[in-house]
Amino acid sequence: MSTTTLPPTEKTQPVSAPPGGLSDRLKAERRLGWLLAGPAFFVMLAVTAYPILQATYDSLFSYRLTDPANRSFVGLSNYGVILTDPLWWQALGVTLLITFVTVAVELLLGFALALVMAKALSSIRPVVRAAILIPYAVITVVSALAWQFAFDINTGFVNSWFAWLPGVGTDTDWFGGWGSSIFVICIAEIWKTTPFISLLLLAGLAQVPEVLQEAAKVDGATWMQRMFRVTIPNMKAAIMVALLFRTLDAFRIFDSIFIMTNGANNTESVSFLAYRQTIARLEIGLGSAVSVLLFIAVVLIAGIFIKGFKVDLSQARGDR
Amino acid sequence: MSSREKTWWWIGGLLIVVYCLFPIAWIVSLSFKAPSDIANGQFLPSQFTWRNYSDIFTGTASDLFLPALRNSFGICLIATAISCILAMFAAYAIARLDFPGKTLILSTALGVAIFPVISIVTPLFNVWRQIGLYDTWLGLIIPYLSLTLPISIWTMSAFFREIPWEMEQAAQVDGATTWQAFRKVIVPLAAPGVFTTAIIAFFIAWNDFVYGISLTSTSASRPVPAALGLFSGASQFEDPTTVTAAAAVVVTIPVVVLVLLFQRRIVAGLTNGAVKG
Repeated sequence: MSTTTLPPTEKTQPVSAPPGGLSDRLKAERRLGWLLAGPAFFVMLAVTAYPILQATYDSLFSYRLTDPANRSFVGLSNYGVILTDPLWWQALGVTLLITFVTVAVELLLGFALALVMAKALSSIRPVVRAAILIPYAVITVVSALAWQFAFDINTGFVNSWFAWLPGVGTDTDWFGGWGSSIFVICIAEIWKTTPFISLLLLAGLAQVPEVLQEAAKVDGATWMQRMFRVTIPNMKAAIMVALLFRTLDAFRIFDSIFIMTNGANNTESVSFLAYRQTIARLEIGLGSAVSVLLFIAVVLIAGIFIKGFKVDLSQARGDR
Repeated sequence: MSSREKTWWWIGGLLIVVYCLFPIAWIVSLSFKAPSDIANGQFLPSQFTWRNYSDIFTGTASDLFLPALRNSFGICLIATAISCILAMFAAYAIARLDFPGKTLILSTALGVAIFPVISIVTPLFNVWRQIGLYDTWLGLIIPYLSLTLPISIWTMSAFFREIPWEMEQAAQVDGATTWQAFRKVIVPLAAPGVFTTAIIAFFIAWNDFVYGISLTSTSASRPVPAALGLFSGASQFEDPTTVTAAAAVVVTIPVVVLVLLFQRRIVAGLTNGAVKG
């Protein structure tokens, strides 16, 4: 398929230091750079690298908080326990399902919203922009509660509003089964995060050079052709960045599940499993092992995106 | 655009507004329902009552709600302030100075931003209990930095890159002292970026739930999102739904006010940080 893109612009390389060592000025600049950025860098490492190392260490022990005397080194057997337990595979499956469904729907819906916003008349644009930020800014717990109460068999209005649909009646218990629970969780997630994707895609749309659109129009390309041959290829970077961030975010899903089902009916996600092992059951060893596995999964997903799909973050970030 | 086309885009815009506001309208409506209306299956209350709000501010639920509100404001503001100050220095260095490690710092920020929060909570839960940080403000502020600092560095660097730093020298050439040039030229140029970053960081801290439920156990430090799940009715026979809805509305008000006041900046901040051509 042929696509229309502008040739990549040459990056101007900074003038390199003269050969034969750095000048004093350059050295001083380097020192100042680390002096200013160092504290932030150190704090970031301290709040993430230290905990994950501690978790890795803890995961090698059989350690229950209520029974500290029997703490013993067990090597990798915690991982063995988890990876042979259907509970883990169930949680991983649920997490992957929710991630896939929500991100796919969000991408399509977000693209539609971005197109409307790009075309929205200037008179209503501020209203639309303010509205679209509301779901982003509302806390996840509130969004989960709103959707839970809406679908709830006692407090909700969904059953009486949609009673005309086959399979829905006043006695439909959405949180009584696996499929319908996942459905409502996905709706809540999609509602909350689509606006963020649409803002990223809107920024991407704005980067598509107008000249290319005009040229394609003059050449007689239809709307669909312009969309798939001009617009989308030219905003690939924005699409990939939105996908990467949302996928990783969706994979960590916790709040909505905690509020809406509390893991009932096999709706537990990987994050929820780690939480339940550690905080509720006080199984520090097992919980830590789940945390480490979750971390590895996130790293793998990020790796697949960055290497496999060649998401160029420096391009996305605007490094010039 | 033809006027017919205009109408369609207008309807599209209207649909977006309805999509975004509908669940909020629902929870607001629910918060005004009397107990007899909870199970009426309708969107709107049949009789309008303020009683759920009086419950959370002066009534039975106030013991749970008011300390949580204070904790949330305090902890989120402090975490936001710390990360903005740290990020300010880092972003200045990234935008202005040439030193190796710039990419390392930005990639670290990205790595921290995608870090699964649960993986941080598990070890902290144990360590915090041993060193006495469990259920304290500081015990939440420290992990909150893992949420607010990366986005602050990222967003602020993007903003600082746009600042025409040459103006500082220009002012000095015109006779301003270094301090004057900084205060009169650079601060006004950088302030909007810092401010916007602070809003976005605050949103993220305000949204936290995992740390809030895992690292607290009493009203000494429990933030609002964690408290929202714990409401009960005026008596044990009363449905806590409407009281919870009222509390949910109250915690939504600050973010809605920020969105309405600073929408243009927030959009710039969100997209500058992530997508830039």
